[in-house]
Amino acid sequence: MAISNPMYIIIVGAGKVGYYLAKALTQEGHEVLVMEKDRKVAEAIAEELGEIVMHADGCEVRSMSEAGMARANVVVAVTGDDEDNLVICQMAKRKFGVPRTIARVNDPKNEELFQELGIDQTVSSTRIIFNLIEQQIETGQVIPLAALKKGEIEVVEADITPGSPVEGLRIGQLDLPPNTLIISVIRDGHALIPHADTRLRQGDSVIAMIKAEREKELRAVFAGEQP
Amino acid sequence: MKIVILGCGRVGSTIATTMSREGHDVTVIDQNPDAFRRLGKDFKGKMVTGNGIDADTLRKADVGNADAFVAVTNGDNRNIMSVQLAKVRFKVPKVVARIYDPIRAVAYAELGIETVCTTCVGAGLIRDKVLDQPFGGFEQYARLGMEEQVLGPTESATPEVE
Repeated sequence: MAISNPMYIIIVGAGKVGYYLAKALTQEGHEVLVMEKDRKVAEAIAEELGEIVMHADGCEVRSMSEAGMARANVVVAVTGDDEDNLVICQMAKRKFGVPRTIARVNDPKNEELFQELGIDQTVSSTRIIFNLIEQQIETGQVIPLAALKKGEIEVVEADITPGSPVEGLRIGQLDLPPNTLIISVIRDGHALIPHADTRLRQGDSVIAMIKAEREKELRAVFAGEQP
Repeated sequence: MKIVILGCGRVGSTIATTMSREGHDVTVIDQNPDAFRRLGKDFKGKMVTGNGIDADTLRKADVGNADAFVAVTNGDNRNIMSVQLAKVRFKVPKVVARIYDPIRAVAYAELGIETVCTTCVGAGLIRDKVLDQPFGGFEQYARLGMEEQVLGPTESATPEVE
């Protein structure tokens, strides 16, 4: 598959995440390099992925330089150790001027810290799974999906559960907190772009963009509690 | 002063016992409680078992009230991450990281983190002993091995000191 804007993407860590990511990005037509410090792991995946695998420590400046990090568009650090992922991204950014760095975060507590320390984006599978479980057991819950601007703005999801006070109301009728923007309504697996006349039904998921401190008020709207 | 030391290996335990004897308030963190044996029976400071890159462990060691935080585990990246955690989250005024890799030591020093590259310091001292030269100074030693570094666009590495 040819894409119009192929990028040079360096992935550090050839575990399951790194491996499947490399495969998917290569199929998309991007130029990918995987760095793995364990020789056995590197050799094993090189058999399948070929020359795009480099046996090297992605934290070593010499290896980073050999990998051509200075011309990378994106560096993704997905090793199993948060401290390594942090250092890889910081060095990529500061030493090699990589415009976009993405770190896998194993301990969800580190997400905020990493962003404070200059990492562009963080991904925590622990946090995502936690949110999914919370979603199952809470009603009227507002689930954070993503944080922008270091957590100042959040993208959140709220489900219209049976008995929700907003069921049957039009979006224009909702008493939303200030600085809230409803960006989508997920209905029967499809994402709708809503307008003021879109009527909410049971089973809908409402995706909203909101100032982080307003989350409680939004929850109150959907759960029918006093904030 | 109140100092928290992460890593109770040879270096960490030596700093701890020395500074404790000098009358400082010392806390040592290590994830392996057996490591505390290096401190000896007379050690007056506190010992905390835990992972040094976990904010909960640093809180247990009362890092928030420390005047200094020192990271001397065997892992360069662990040391780098924990001192940044101490500096950014716990506002510790002085943090020092031991880093074996000379290039990483210089890179993080540029970012405003005090680093000691024991590889360079050791190499410099030994070289001077071999050549019967006087002590060359830590500043000079810290740059040892850097000449070979014809890597990466270092000039673009603008330090982003917070």
